[in-house]
Formats: sequence, structure tokens, C-alpha cells
Amino acid sequence: MSLSRRSLLKGLATAGAGIAGLPAAGQAKELKRRPDDAVGLLYDATKCIGCKACMTACREANGLTAAERDGKWYDPQSLSGNAKNVISFYRGPKGEESFMKMQCMHCVDPACVSVCMLGALKKGDKGIVTYDADACVGCRYCQVACPFNVPAFEWGKATPKIVKCELCRDRLAQGKIPACAEVCPRHAVIFGSYTELLEEAHRRLATEPKRYVPKVYGEKDGGGTQVLYLTAAGIPFEKLGLPALGEKSVPSLPETIQHTIYKGFLAPVVLYGALGAVIFRNRRKSAAGGEEGDA
Amino acid sequence: MSFTVVKAQPGGELPGGEALTWSDGGLGRREFLRRACIIAAGVVGLPSSAAAKMYEETVVKGKKPSVIWLHFQECTGCTESLLRAEHPPLDDLLLDLISLDYHETLLAAAGKQAEAARTQAMRANAGKYILVVEGAIPMKDNGIYCKVGGKTAVEILNECAAQAGAIIAIGSCASWGGIPSSDPNPTGAVGVTGALKGKTVVTIPGCPANPYNFLGTALQFATFGTLPALDSKGRPKFAYGRTIHEDCPRRPHFDAGRFALKYGDQGHRDGWCLYQLGCKGPVTHANCSLQPFGEVPGAWPIGIGHPCFGCTEQFVGFSIAQSTTVPIENPTPSTTFAAVNSGGGKMGVAAVGVGGAILGAVVSAGYKFSTTLDAEEPSADEEA
Amino acid sequence: MSHATAPVGGRILTKPMLVLLGLFGLAAALLLWRFIQGLGAVTAMSDRYPWGLWIAYDVVTGTALACGGYALAILIYILNKGRFHPLIRSAILTSALGYTLGGFSVIVDLGRFWNVWKVPTLFWKWNFSSILLEVALCIMAYMFVLWIELAPAFLEGAKAAGNPKLRRLAEKTLGPLEKAMPFIVALGLLLPTMHQSSLGSLMMLAGQKVHPLWQTPLLPLLFLISCICMGYGVVVLESALSSTYFGLPRETPLLRRLGRVVAPLLGLYLVLRLGDLAIHGKLGLIFTSGFFSVLFLAEMALFVTPIVMFYTEAKPKLGQLFRGAMMIVLAGALYRFSTFLVAFRPSKGWVYFPSVGETLITVGLIAGEIAAYIFVVKKFPILQSRPRRATVRRLGADVIDRLPIPSTAPASGD
Repeated sequence: MSLSRRSLLKGLATAGAGIAGLPAAGQAKELKRRPDDAVGLLYDATKCIGCKACMTACREANGLTAAERDGKWYDPQSLSGNAKNVISFYRGPKGEESFMKMQCMHCVDPACVSVCMLGALKKGDKGIVTYDADACVGCRYCQVACPFNVPAFEWGKATPKIVKCELCRDRLAQGKIPACAEVCPRHAVIFGSYTELLEEAHRRLATEPKRYVPKVYGEKDGGGTQVLYLTAAGIPFEKLGLPALGEKSVPSLPETIQHTIYKGFLAPVVLYGALGAVIFRNRRKSAAGGEEGDA
Repeated sequence: MSFTVVKAQPGGELPGGEALTWSDGGLGRREFLRRACIIAAGVVGLPSSAAAKMYEETVVKGKKPSVIWLHFQECTGCTESLLRAEHPPLDDLLLDLISLDYHETLLAAAGKQAEAARTQAMRANAGKYILVVEGAIPMKDNGIYCKVGGKTAVEILNECAAQAGAIIAIGSCASWGGIPSSDPNPTGAVGVTGALKGKTVVTIPGCPANPYNFLGTALQFATFGTLPALDSKGRPKFAYGRTIHEDCPRRPHFDAGRFALKYGDQGHRDGWCLYQLGCKGPVTHANCSLQPFGEVPGAWPIGIGHPCFGCTEQFVGFSIAQSTTVPIENPTPSTTFAAVNSGGGKMGVAAVGVGGAILGAVVSAGYKFSTTLDAEEPSADEEA
Repeated sequence: MSHATAPVGGRILTKPMLVLLGLFGLAAALLLWRFIQGLGAVTAMSDRYPWGLWIAYDVVTGTALACGGYALAILIYILNKGRFHPLIRSAILTSALGYTLGGFSVIVDLGRFWNVWKVPTLFWKWNFSSILLEVALCIMAYMFVLWIELAPAFLEGAKAAGNPKLRRLAEKTLGPLEKAMPFIVALGLLLPTMHQSSLGSLMMLAGQKVHPLWQTPLLPLLFLISCICMGYGVVVLESALSSTYFGLPRETPLLRRLGRVVAPLLGLYLVLRLGDLAIHGKLGLIFTSGFFSVLFLAEMALFVTPIVMFYTEAKPKLGQLFRGAMMIVLAGALYRFSTFLVAFRPSKGWVYFPSVGETLITVGLIAGEIAAYIFVVKKFPILQSRPRRATVRRLGADVIDRLPIPSTAPASGD
């Protein structure tokens, strides 16, 4: 933690506020913004036909070879150590139906990145949330923190890793696009720059307002994500497993509190000094006034 | 049986707007050979212009590839199946499409005369002829277990391979040893690749091999001087690139979980998936379902209700018992879907019992202990 | 720190000790399996419940139970209540053992434990947003601090021992250590303040996944207060149990005073807890949340009852103190389990309950901890030295021998 003069002054102010328990410093943390070159996916649930070609393509592109259920099927029931991308199915009380594609949302301000001790999960190039096993101790705090329950853990391995979609970043490096988007026969999931995707999503909402729930999920939800969703009218996003998160990112509040208390590490240092002084004083007092000092 | 040319509907399959039909009529011999080339080109995956060129080179210009066909440890099944190819019929194949200069089964000559034909053909077409090997090569005890004209198989093979333009191993025996090499392999049988280290060998495994996979490869070499793309086991990808499972006509039954469980049960009669009976389709690479043997649709194991034997796959065919099921090499998603919130996790009854019992024991023991303290005399209490 | 303490003495390998070691051995065997087959083979944890019993109990609850040293140090060194000094050494010992167990459990729980050395060393990779990083570093440091705080006991033990070389070393070290002690003690106060509160902050990141009755920005403060309460509770339990077990003098008057210290703290917790719910308009949830309402009310009852007990009785007996302390400990434990596991509902349809293997490993580790406690107090000057009357001693020993083994669990800080 480098301590410039400015941050020191700022720290002094916020440390004071923090000790007093004031939420005033809460405004200090602005909503994080997407990087300008952010890329992502747009999934249009109304276009998906549930063929699962994306699941197979994902599995092949990411070297996830394990098959489930008697070794005959590749049909993970949720994101797991074998599955970075899952197509699921929703049927509502009135018989309304929709498919749903789940993979990492590549949040703008990801909870997993916020909690990761050594930065094994990082916001990398183009805003992709990347994983580096070398810096991972396997504490699984990312799993606890992720509001979308995305990171998965290899429970059956002696040397497990965290498994999650990294937007096929090695394919991107080769000039290809993510496998799921490449293989989708109906372009239900498309890959592109975030701005283009958002534009496209709004274009679809504008041209066919009756077709969709009038909202692009991920534009602002949970502080914004780089994977965007459109869903059919009458099927709320929550039913498809996308929680109503509000516009603030999950880490924004705890980070604000934590940063306020520990800004520049001042508060702990001050507290330590104070504790030391009190102990020292008490000790002298009791040395002078006998063993059983009772202040 | 012969063919007739009829006017095709719009979008007909053949160049020239014609289609083949099964009926008597006047299809000329030359036209017929053109068809054979089209089929052969189609098998290899070449465009129709290539078929025209094949036809041009072999039939019109008469540049027929010279073929030397060796037989070692085998049953001649591959030859037999080649001879049963309908397009082209045997005579056209031998007389017009290729120049079969040495073939022990078909050769009119015998003894020294036959061997002389071989050496002469080799000399005349040095560096250009296609060497086809059928059968495994015994290597044990200097290869004495298979001799032709006093020479061992491995000697003949080396002699013929030295000046060959292309080497094709037809059948599973020639590809890796096949039946002769199965345990305990008493003659030390190996395939052509094993006997000829360092040479490119196209393997066309199968028991027998599909003749069109051979013809396509041979004609491509004869016409263009190239070999088709091969996989790591030397098999042409056009024929062996995918598993039987991927193109199986019974695949929908697999996807739906409908399996024949016993030979002759209702599922078997209804044509359900044969996986549970030990079908090797999921690990066996071949195009049996797409390129029928002898153009008879359904004339292959799965077509007649028998699980795939895995004959084109080393360590599967002749190695794994027919009744043994195999792992799926390339699992695909099932046709059922996960729920949006699928649920999961573990909560065992025993676990709850053990956890509850321990908690209960600790709390009740603590309580009991505290009552013994109550029983203590107050004076003991005040001691400190 | 030189009160009238002395080693308890006596045989080490008694029957209960063998049982404890047996349980520990069972856990060790299960642990071997966990390291060969992965976490999934032994535990019931899943991708939605990535933290199970080992985090909720061994780390979060266990270290809070090990706050006896911290809680007493606040009294003794900050509020200058020197009269509590006789209790401190054994409290520090239980703290040191409790934290060591927590640290060990973390290693067991970490999927990629071989990378754990990177956490304290690769400081250029530190992610300062990570609350867990702060917790990890603090706990590691505090573990050292606790053992250093305890070092005088071991050094005194060494001094008393026959070996002259060891004695000289002990004499040389003891002086400087005593001088440095204020700074170490200050550190021993700072570190738990930081990480015990941050243990609560951990779950703030879980956001909506934690039931709104438990999810609050006050999590750090509530965790801090309740851990101090639990610390006092454990001191009471440990004193009562060890004085009975080893036939040592009772410390009832001191414990009674502790009861009077802890009651207002419990009250403060309740005020903050309910006040926070009131401010955020969540009071209604207390009665409308079904199962979670019951859970919440049980927690409230466990926090309220000891206050009532300690205030209605002018001079509570040791048995009453013991029951009250048990309730405080259970209250804090329930609060922690609720926040980390029970009220943690990542998505519909997912369940978790610690598997038999998981539970047995935790039980085995606790057994190991108790065994270590017994070993240390028998060999080193931790407890007060004056033996009690022989009759009482026998009575106490009999009682313990008749009780099932886990009954000693709360005493050792876990």
C-alpha cells in the first residue's frame, strides 16, 4: 500500500470518520466503469433453441473432458468443475418456457476479484475476469461472494482449481471469438464489444418491444456486467436465476466500510499506539501501587 | 443390373442434371465409369470437377495407376469385398480404372511367371505404382511364418515398398496386425506401419475394409499424385474422421435413452440403440453408416441389428469382448435440460444424526456437570 | 505474569487422554483420505456451499471461543482490573490452542493448501480489498503473538527443569521478554480486534445470499462484541472444568465478577442487533420469516437468558455461572453458524449439512486440542498451584470420568 501525501491526508480524514462509525465516507467509492475496450456476450433467450451446441463447444474449447451420468452424457445440471457454460430450462406456472444460458457475467466490479487474497481472480484485458491458479490457495471465498454463483471448484480432485468462464481468452488471443458464440446456430448468444452489444440489445428492444421484458439485464445490475441478457416478455430475469441486485455492485458497500476503517492502515496503527500507551501506563501504575491495581 | 439416365428434377445431384436410377436401360460403359469416378471422388470429399479429372486421366487418357497387391496373413476378405463393389463392376475396375499388375487372387499367371509380372511392373512404374498390402506381416523368427515364392513376407514388403509411389494398407490386419496379432500373437504379426518404419502408409482398416475408402484414396493418388489428409493412425480423415456413434442411424434412440438390453427383446426388434449390448460405435472411427458396403443400404453390423465390433480401431476390435460396453469418447449434451435452479448439495441422514448427537451430548453433559457444581458446598465456592 | 502458578503434574496417558488421542487418530486417517481424494470425498460441501463446518466452526466459531485471552487482556491491561490476572495464563493457553486449531483447519480446508505460504510472503500480490487477506494475515500473526505471550510459562517450566543449559537460556530470555511484553500484549489486543470484526465483514460480501435478518453493515461490530462475550464465557467454563478436573482451588468470586462484566456487553449486542433491524425496517421479518424467525428468536433467547441470570441473582453459584456461560457460548456460536451456514441461502434447492467425515475430523481436532491442553497444564505452570481438599478433588475427578468425553469440549476453548 503506497502512501502518498494526498492519500495520507484523505486517510486521516476517513480514518476519523471510520472510527466514529460514520457512513459519510461511503460516497468516496464511485461506481466502477467498464474499460473502454470491454468485450462481452449478449444472450437473447428468445432466440435460443436449447440445442446445447454451445455447451459442447465450450467443453471442447476449454478441455473439459469429463462426462457425467454413466460417462455417456455431458449434461451438467449447473455450473461445475466440468462446466463453464450451462443451458438450463425454465417452465413457469402458466406454461411459459424459456431457455437460459449461464456462464461468468464478467462483472464490472466483480465480488470474486474483490475478495481474492492474492489476486488469482483479476479483471484482465478487455474487462475479462481471469483466473490464475498459481495465486490461488483454494479458499473458495469467490464462490461465497459471487452473486451469480458462477465460480466452481473441483471437489473431486486432490489438486483442485477454480473453474469459470474466461470468455475463451486464449481463443481471443488467436483472433477467434468465444466458442459458445461461434457455434450458436441462431446467434442467440453473440460476442462483441460491450458498447456494440448494448446498442444491439436496445435496438432489439426498440424494434420488437412486445417480444421482450423491457430491460437489458447487466447494463446496470450489480454495478453492471459485461454479459448482457434479454428475455421474453412475461419471464422475469429472476425466474431465470438472475437476481435483482440493484445498481450498486456487491463489493461496493463492504469495501467502503473496510477501506474506510483501514484506509492507509492508519486506524490500526493509531489504535496500536493507544493500546500500547495505556498498557504501559497501567503497568507503571500497578508497579507503583501494588499487584492488585483496581482502577 | 445396370443403370439408366433419366432427366433429373431441378437441383438433381449429378453434374449435367442427371440422376442415377436402378432400372434396366442403356447406360454406356464409359458413362458408367464416369459414375464410378464421381462416387470415388465423392467418397474422398473432392469436388465433381475432380471426378471429371479422374475420369479423364484414367479412362480417356488411359493413365491407369499400376497397382501391386500383396497378400500376407489374411483371409482375402478385403479383396472379396472389393470385388463385390457395384460401381464399378469388377471387370471395369480391373480393366479400365486401375491396372492391377499383381494380385495373387486374381492373377491368371502362377509360380515364377507371377513373380516375374511383379518385378516387371515394379521396374516399369518405379516410383509411381501403388503398393497395396492386405494382411499382417509376421516378424517373429525372421518372419518365417508367411512365405511367398520362397521369400518371407517382410522381405517382399521391403522390396516392393522401396520404389512404391504410395503405400496403402487395406484391412485391419495390414493396418496394425488385426486378427493375427491378437493375443498371444504367436507369429509376432504387425501391420505395414509396424514393418515399414518411417514410411507414410495410408491405412484403410476395417474387417473387411470398405472398398470405396480404398478406391477413393487410390484414384486421388493416381489422378493428383496426392494422398488424402490422414489422422494420427494413418487413416484418411474423410472416412475415419468421426465415430460410428456420431453418424449412427440409431443415435436418436441413444439420445432418448432407449436401449436394447438383450438380443431379440422388444427394444432390439424395434431397432433401438445397441450400446448396452456392447456396441463399440462410440469409440470406433469409420464411415460405415454413410458409405454402405457394396452399395447395399444397411449392410453393416448396426444396420442388421448387431452392435458395432470396432473392427477399424486398434485395441477395440479383436481386443475388447463384444459384450463389454465402452466409455463415450465424445459425450454430447443430453436432450433433457437442467432446471434454472437445479438444486443440489448433500445432507445425509447419518450426518444429521451424528451432528445432532454430538451437539446434544456436549450440551447435556455441560448441563449435568453444572448441576454437580450446584451440589457443592458453598464454602468450597468461596475458597479463592 | 508470575502468579502462584505451577504444573498440575500427574500421569499424562490417563484413560480419557487415550480416548482423546484415539479420536484424533481417527480424524488423522480421514484427513489422509481428504488429501488423497480431494475435499468432495470427505465433506458435504458443494459449489453453492463452499464453506462448511470447518470454516463455520473451526475457524469462525473456534477462534471466537479462543477469545478468552483477548477478552481478559482487555480487562486486565486496558481497564487495569489486575484482580483477574490469575485467570489469564490458562485463558491464553486455550486461545493459543484454539487459534492453532483454527489455523490447522484452514490448511485442511484450503483446496490448494500448498500455495498458502504465498499469502504472507508475496506481499506485492496482496489484494487490499480482500477482507479474507486481512483475516488471514491477522490470524497468522496473532497465533505467533499468543505463543509468545505464553512463552514465559514454558520458560519458567524450563527454568524449573533440571537441565542447566536450558535453565540459563530461560533466565536470559525471560527478562527481555517481560520488558517487551507491553508491546506484544498491545499487538495481542489489536489483532483480534481487527480480525474478529473482519470475520463478520467476510459475509457482507455474500450480499443477498445471507438472510436479511443477518445481513447488515454492522456484522463486524456484532462479531467483535459477541466474540468478547464468548471469550468471557469460555474463561468461566474452563476455570470451572479445570478446577474440578485437576482438584484446584475454585475461582468463583472472580468468575462472578466476569459475569457482571459480560452482562452489559450482551445487552449492547442486543441493542445494536435489534436497533439495526429497526433502523432498516426489518423488524417485521423477525416474525414473518418462518424457519429463520425461529432461528433468530432462538439466538435472541440465548443472548437474553444469561443477562437475566446474572442480574436476578446477587451471588450466583458456580453451577449457575456455568450454565450462563454455556448459553453465552452457544449464543455466539449460533450467531456465527447462522451467518455463515444456516442463514446463507445461495440459491433455491441447495442444501448442506456437515458429513459424518467432516464432523469426525472436527471432533478429532478438538480432542487433540483438549489433549494438548491437558498435557501443557500438567507439565508447565499455567494453573494456580494450591491444591484443594482431597475429597473435593476426588469428587471432581469422578464426575469427569463419568461424563462422556465431549463434555470437556467447551472448556478448552473449542
